[in-house]
Amino acid sequence: MSPETGKSQAVDMAPLPADTTGDGILLRSVSHAYGELQTLAGIDLQAPAHSVIGLVGPSGCGKSTLLELVCGLREESAGEVAVGGATEAEQRLARCAFMPQRDLLLPWYSAIDNAALALRNQGMGRREARDAAGALFERFGLAGFEAVRPRELSGGMRQRIAFLRTLVAGKPVLALDEPFASLDAITRAEMQEWLATALRTDPRTVVLVTHDVEEALYLCDRVAVLSARPARIVAELSGPAPRAADRDAAVTDPAFVAAREEALRALREGSA
Amino acid sequence: MRRWLLPALLLAALLGLWQVACSTGAVAGALSLEDFLVPSPAEIASSLWENRELLAENAWVTLREMVLGIVAALAVGVGFAILMHQSRLLRDAAYPLVVASQTIPIVVISPILVVWFGYGIAPKVLIVALICFFPITVNVLDGLRSVDPEAVKMMRSLNASRWQRFRRVEAPAALPNLFTGVKISVVVAPIAAVFAEWAGSSSGLGHLIQSDTANFQVARQFATVAVLSAMALALIGLTALAERRVVSWR
Repeated sequence: MSPETGKSQAVDMAPLPADTTGDGILLRSVSHAYGELQTLAGIDLQAPAHSVIGLVGPSGCGKSTLLELVCGLREESAGEVAVGGATEAEQRLARCAFMPQRDLLLPWYSAIDNAALALRNQGMGRREARDAAGALFERFGLAGFEAVRPRELSGGMRQRIAFLRTLVAGKPVLALDEPFASLDAITRAEMQEWLATALRTDPRTVVLVTHDVEEALYLCDRVAVLSARPARIVAELSGPAPRAADRDAAVTDPAFVAAREEALRALREGSA
Repeated sequence: MRRWLLPALLLAALLGLWQVACSTGAVAGALSLEDFLVPSPAEIASSLWENRELLAENAWVTLREMVLGIVAALAVGVGFAILMHQSRLLRDAAYPLVVASQTIPIVVISPILVVWFGYGIAPKVLIVALICFFPITVNVLDGLRSVDPEAVKMMRSLNASRWQRFRRVEAPAALPNLFTGVKISVVVAPIAAVFAEWAGSSSGLGHLIQSDTANFQVARQFATVAVLSAMALALIGLTALAERRVVSWR
């Protein structure tokens, strides 16, 4: 059933025994099509609770579709998707917080009201929600910007608030769709380090879609390389030093560079 | 400053030109008309002052028709736009009809509405509302539909109900469009009100213009037009002011 061709480290991973109560993700030969257009072809993937898994692949290969499938924003055409043991799309949606490609902060709300959006949706009062979200502003380097409208904030700050909004929702799984793609190289590196720190203090199961192999290998425990459409997994690699405190040292380490080359090779072969 | 100064200067220059052309009798001579049929800006201004009470009385009538008509169009237009946004079926069925309704000339339906509803304010409000309904409905619907599909996904995954999605995302996103619709309405409302009064009325600025035509009161006609324009400009100004306050995030 598995169409994997690359070196796979998923094979020797134990199945997820506690999946019915845990926060892990399990995909079994998942396929998806938009009408005639086949987007995903037999994806097998698993992420234990609190692990970070990366999805890289050529543009338009179906990474975002796969992410939306996990979140329950879409239904699979075939196969099985389980998040914390739940396979119904509605139940998956209840367990996943989705962070779209652009920050999509609501311009009519202040930074703190954007961050508290999920709490307000969950029925919390305005003041209570602001207090809860505001407690994280300091830690995320946003103190003093609570009342500022999004248009007055820098790209990096907007992205941090968008991440905070996703985190504050209190879901066990975070689904991040190219969260840093719109940022410049320096800000992006800073944000990767920042996200690594945030996940060290507040571990969650994370699915990270990115087209940046280095970003994926630095942030993720495991990285799945997808082929061109219809996407299948051509390689699964381990991050040599996931979320190391010193990003610069980690990404220049020979083991990291080798992993990056291997991922790039898999990406090239999968795109052909 | 430049925004106000340049048009003001141009207006002053045009009025000056007009004043010279009239007071020398050049225009009346060229058209072979009596001087009083071609009033100068100064004569119009003095007519404006002399007839201030009459003009104010009739301006109040027309202003009420305009404002009530716009408010009615707002209530119905916004409601209808929301319904069409919620129901694909309704949108597909009704939208072409909303567009088609705009091809009916008000000049034609005004007399019919006067026959049905009499000489009172009702047919005027109805005509203004009919004209303003379209820009408001179409703009609000566009605004509601302009919401990024990714934002809808984000809201769904952040536990938002359909109502919360509307209240927190779609409705605020449509507010600037709502103001665009109101601004267009405010511009066309005086035209609609005047047409409605021409179809049958006993007061209002449109009525005044009509009766002055019969009596060759050209100076007062110009004065009436000036009042009508001033009213429309004031409403546009108020709308813009409200927009800046409400749509504060732009």
